[in-house]
Amino acid sequence: MSADTEEHGADAPGGDAGGANGAGGAPVSPRALARRRRAEALRRFAREYTRNRAGLVGLLALSAIVLLALFAPLLVDQAELTVTGAPGAAYEPPSAEFPLGTDNFGRSVLDLIIWGSRVSLTVGFLATVVSVVLGTLVGVTAGHFGASGGPAGRVVSSVLMRVTDWFLVLPTLVLAVALAAVLPRGTGTIIIAIGLTVWPATARLVRAQTLAVEARPFVERARALGGGHTHVMAWHVLPNVMPVVLAQTTLLVATSIIAESTLAFLGVGDPTTISWGGILEAARTAGAISSGIWWYMIPPGLAIAAVALSFTLCGRALESVINPRLREQR
Amino acid sequence: MTSDPVTPGAPAGAEAPGAPAPAGPAGPGRAGRIARYVAGRLATAAFSLLAVVVAGFFLFRILPGDPVRAMTEGREVTAEQREELRRQFGLDQPLWQQFLDYLTGLLRLDLGTSFQFREPVTELILERLGPTVLLAGTGTVIAALLGLLLGVRAGWRPGGRSDRANSAVALFFWSVPTFWLGLLLIVALASGRGFMPGLFPTGGMVDPAATGPVETALSTAWHMVLPITTMVAVIYAQYLMIMRSSLMDERGADYLTTARAKGLRDALVRRRHAVPNALLPTVTLIFLNLGQVVSGVILVETVFSWPGLGQLFYSGLRVPDLGLVQGLFVVFAASVILMNLLADLVYPLLDPRVRP
Repeated sequence: MSADTEEHGADAPGGDAGGANGAGGAPVSPRALARRRRAEALRRFAREYTRNRAGLVGLLALSAIVLLALFAPLLVDQAELTVTGAPGAAYEPPSAEFPLGTDNFGRSVLDLIIWGSRVSLTVGFLATVVSVVLGTLVGVTAGHFGASGGPAGRVVSSVLMRVTDWFLVLPTLVLAVALAAVLPRGTGTIIIAIGLTVWPATARLVRAQTLAVEARPFVERARALGGGHTHVMAWHVLPNVMPVVLAQTTLLVATSIIAESTLAFLGVGDPTTISWGGILEAARTAGAISSGIWWYMIPPGLAIAAVALSFTLCGRALESVINPRLREQR
Repeated sequence: MTSDPVTPGAPAGAEAPGAPAPAGPAGPGRAGRIARYVAGRLATAAFSLLAVVVAGFFLFRILPGDPVRAMTEGREVTAEQREELRRQFGLDQPLWQQFLDYLTGLLRLDLGTSFQFREPVTELILERLGPTVLLAGTGTVIAALLGLLLGVRAGWRPGGRSDRANSAVALFFWSVPTFWLGLLLIVALASGRGFMPGLFPTGGMVDPAATGPVETALSTAWHMVLPITTMVAVIYAQYLMIMRSSLMDERGADYLTTARAKGLRDALVRRRHAVPNALLPTVTLIFLNLGQVVSGVILVETVFSWPGLGQLFYSGLRVPDLGLVQGLFVVFAASVILMNLLADLVYPLLDPRVRP
């Protein structure tokens, strides 16, 4: 039940600031009280999160990877990443100079992977943003109008959910590949192709959460006081849906990064940039598999797995903090 | 491309069957209710199929602007050749005429002509259908059985040692790109490099030297080991997670307390009472996740050069052969929709609670 008050505290600023907490005698302004309550909720959240060991490991690994990607220009000489400026000979096994060996052009595989993290993470984040925004928009709209939009609202809601279900059933990879194949090549295309195909799960989740929030008394109160649809959705529903969306977002980044590598592997990626999936595709087309050049093939896959796993661990930890039902079962 | 295994998306189909009135005793109007339920499902599926058909046209005819330019990009083609291609694919016709031709073609099961093979797409697909069904069917059955079995063990005692070990392994496999796992298996067990001998073939479906039905079957099974392993490793995790959470939901149910109060052993309570009830939502979700099986098949077939639809899709992408890709898009999506329809129709037979 503690999570209930915590969620409640995060929404409707100054909503029931009637001093229920007994703020120690001195009169406190509702705004200060709300701020204090929010800080307390945040502290409790951090405490709960750090108690989850797997989530902490995921968070640390993730921070390290993001830092590495941010500082990649300092660590890697970009001139050495071009085919003509390659510093070594082709297919050199790992050595002190090239810790992960070289590729078929003589470029350092370690440098390629460090540089590739930038594209992979960017695509992962941006595709997630596209899909989360789309999914939240559809989910909140469908949930809100389904619960309190009258007959016309129910029609809107059911049409939206039909569309969502249609996308949900469609084979995601086929749709994403088709989109990536027909649109002009580029990183933007990949982001759109992934973003447009992975949103339905978010929409369903958000809709379910919206329906739960709509049933709460404070939404009824807001409506009774004359709050319009936009006001209720933006001020009362959305803040209470956000925690669930946050956990889903973290999980979606993992999905998006794997999807990016898959698209690159199938040859519909952006050939001009270096990404982890692109390195793997290059390794395969260069024949690294049949000639046993393991250092060209294993590290990029491990990098993808490490990032995907870290995001998933963080997402699950967030989920268990937010959803008390899961927490009790641990 | 996988949806996350933890919250497998609220099931579309699982919710819908609950909508009709609860099952009453067989009385007047029962047949009518069943007919209405079936008709509703059929209408939904038909509508979805129509949407797929329209999406196919939109994706491959309208979105690329000029499909011929997209297909001949990076190749030396004269203007006459382009015109010829355009005429051949009917692209010189007005758009509505193209759409009409496409629709009437589909009704005659004509999916157009492949640019790269110069053959009707329908024929190409029929040739490759068998290997894909064999691979996907075997893979799904093994993955479902494995996932359900492990999911039951994990979900019965959440937080226990078996649960933690299983969840960790499933999480790892889920985080790994399918194609990379396949490539690793080839390097480790098939390429014959390093200290490992080449135990399994690197690709293909049958050894061309195999003669006679028995030898062919054995050779096919031999070629299937690595592709199936890859597919199962990637998709079983979802089934495990679904079964686990489904069983966890049942764990606190009253009827289990009753069963225990009768003095039944724990294993019996689980097998006879909890699992059958937890299995029902899982069945729907298995069908809903078939789209992911399609994704898995495409990648596995590409990596292992399995002569099926997935490899055909890949070869179509490489050219790019938009006619072929379009045909396969429609076929893949339609097959998933039809399987879901089947699940919707079969589900009430399995679960009396949602019988119309």
